[in-house]
Amino acid sequence: MGMLEAILITIATAATPLLIAAIGELVVERSGVLNLGVEGMMVMGAVTGFGVALISGSPWLGFLAAILVGALFSLLFAFLTLTLVTNQVATGLALTLLGLGVSGMLGESFVGLPGVKLGSIYIPVLTDLPLVGKFLFGQDPIFYLSLLLTGSVGYFLFRTRAGLTLRSVGDNHASAHALGINVILIRYLAVMFGGACAGLAGGYLSIVYTPQWVENMTAGRGWIALALVVFASWRPWRVLAGAYLFGAVTIGQLHAQALGIGVPSQLLSSLPYLATVVVLVLISGNRRLTMVNTPASLGRPFVPDR
Amino acid sequence: MRIELVKRPQRSALFSALSPFIALALTLVAGAIMFSLLGKNPLDALYYYFIDPLREVWSLHELAVKAAPLILIAIGLSVCFLSNNWNIGAEGQFIMGAVAGSILPVMYPDFQSWVVLPLMLIMGMAGGAAYAAVPALLKTRFNTNEILTSLMLVYVAQLFLDWMVRGPWRNPQGMNFPETRNFHEYAILPEIWASSGRAHWGFIFALVAAVAVWFMLSKTLRGYEVKVLGQSPRAGRFAGFSSAKMVFFAFVVSGALAGLAGISEVSGAIGQLRPTISPGYGFTAIIVAFLGRLNPLGIVAAGLVLALSYLGGEAAQISIGVSDKVARAFQGLLLFFVLGADTLIHYRIRFVATGSRKLEASHGNA
Repeated sequence: MGMLEAILITIATAATPLLIAAIGELVVERSGVLNLGVEGMMVMGAVTGFGVALISGSPWLGFLAAILVGALFSLLFAFLTLTLVTNQVATGLALTLLGLGVSGMLGESFVGLPGVKLGSIYIPVLTDLPLVGKFLFGQDPIFYLSLLLTGSVGYFLFRTRAGLTLRSVGDNHASAHALGINVILIRYLAVMFGGACAGLAGGYLSIVYTPQWVENMTAGRGWIALALVVFASWRPWRVLAGAYLFGAVTIGQLHAQALGIGVPSQLLSSLPYLATVVVLVLISGNRRLTMVNTPASLGRPFVPDR
Repeated sequence: MRIELVKRPQRSALFSALSPFIALALTLVAGAIMFSLLGKNPLDALYYYFIDPLREVWSLHELAVKAAPLILIAIGLSVCFLSNNWNIGAEGQFIMGAVAGSILPVMYPDFQSWVVLPLMLIMGMAGGAAYAAVPALLKTRFNTNEILTSLMLVYVAQLFLDWMVRGPWRNPQGMNFPETRNFHEYAILPEIWASSGRAHWGFIFALVAAVAVWFMLSKTLRGYEVKVLGQSPRAGRFAGFSSAKMVFFAFVVSGALAGLAGISEVSGAIGQLRPTISPGYGFTAIIVAFLGRLNPLGIVAAGLVLALSYLGGEAAQISIGVSDKVARAFQGLLLFFVLGADTLIHYRIRFVATGSRKLEASHGNA
């Protein structure tokens, strides 16, 4: 395996959790809800994914548990913001703080234990192809799932009736309600989908990316995923591009640290966060791009009148 | 059965006052359930969490030590949140305030005079304010989401502090430990009442800030401007208020207070810079701000409650062997209940049997 291909694969591993979490949040925001709890749902997915995989010995059960816990955890947010109409920003923050607290408590006995790993796939001949074989045909199954997820969400949102309904709820909930669409139900489903994705992304971190549990191991990735949605102006394929850009920055700075290029390692470690700020500035400065694509009802509360 | 919200004609003064207490009560119930699940006697656990730390004088001092940064930061955040500016990077502003305030005692240890401490406090406030001005500038100039930028800068600040104490500012006589030299006596924020415990002047600063910001919010035009722009930016513009200036005002005030909290913590409670100087005060302060209903005087009470949860976490770990991580879970839970209980201020909650909905619909609801 060549050096370049090895780097490409590590970039894909760094990008996959960002991609999955951001695609989930994209669906949530397209339905008009801003859930800032991605970090909290992700870290809950990481701790349960790791724990269940460790106890059962099966990474697949770990992923399943991570998805379920992410979705259940997001229900807390959904109940407060959709049924009790609380402020979405504050409630999302609460979800993150609660997730970081609860995961630290649950994961205490997992610290320092080696995790259960998930193998990569192998297809005879194809995986052995020179240059691109391992990148295209020899990665872990969740990598392929993340690409499939991006494609299906893109198709669902822009090519199906249900996707159109979801976007209409996000753009104008009053009109959607007047047309007889159950706004609250659709938003509940969207929030749970986002939670399931964030949970899976967290499970990926603790089972594939670094197979271990460390407190706060998401390290801001949930927030970067939120930034990616803005960066992508709410378009699935642009999320993919953004996630790989960030994967490249993350891996690039790790390689630079390993080479010891004379720059403090802390400065290099802060690059992904600084890059997020820079990217947000570049995108948000372009008002036309953001104004056109932002779901018009994003973050606005909705109480059905009767 | 369904839950239905009915808008109240005006906000309920009763529930406005009651909601923090409802939230606290629900948190205690949830906590009791959580401790039972962990196999502990819930009454014992709650006793060690919330009563035991209040029984000794030295422990009350510790409460003030922990409450000081929480109250200072949360008061600044209340100005931000009321004006609809979502600064969630107070943790970073706290750190940068601590670093800026430490320049004199760390780099010029021979400059020893009574002016050092006031200068440190001013530089700490300036450092926090400058760091908070970054998301404000990006928001006003480039329309960038301040939630994401202020949060990203927290990670940058943590890494910056880590670099400073391991690199340029490491104590030359410190046997390679990642920490700066100990502050000299003129750089230490004194205790309020040294013979009985550790509480330092940071707590007094917090009380002064609470009264000052309360006065600003409730008695001055600037305070009115904060609330108008927060509730309706359009109305604010018609009144001639500038929302860009308000963004800067809110961020700079809250950054300065977070910076003051940072330098007070370092010079009052720690005495040097270390890689980690805060157990998440900047984030817990968000909970304090909401529990105090964004009212500076309410925030003082809320800060004491959350400080108690930190102390209780330590006490419960020692006495009944519950992990101190439980405290963080408690704090998160509390914010959920606070936000949920606040719904009662604006809405009446009705439980509707599912059957009656169809009846209602057949009356020609459309």
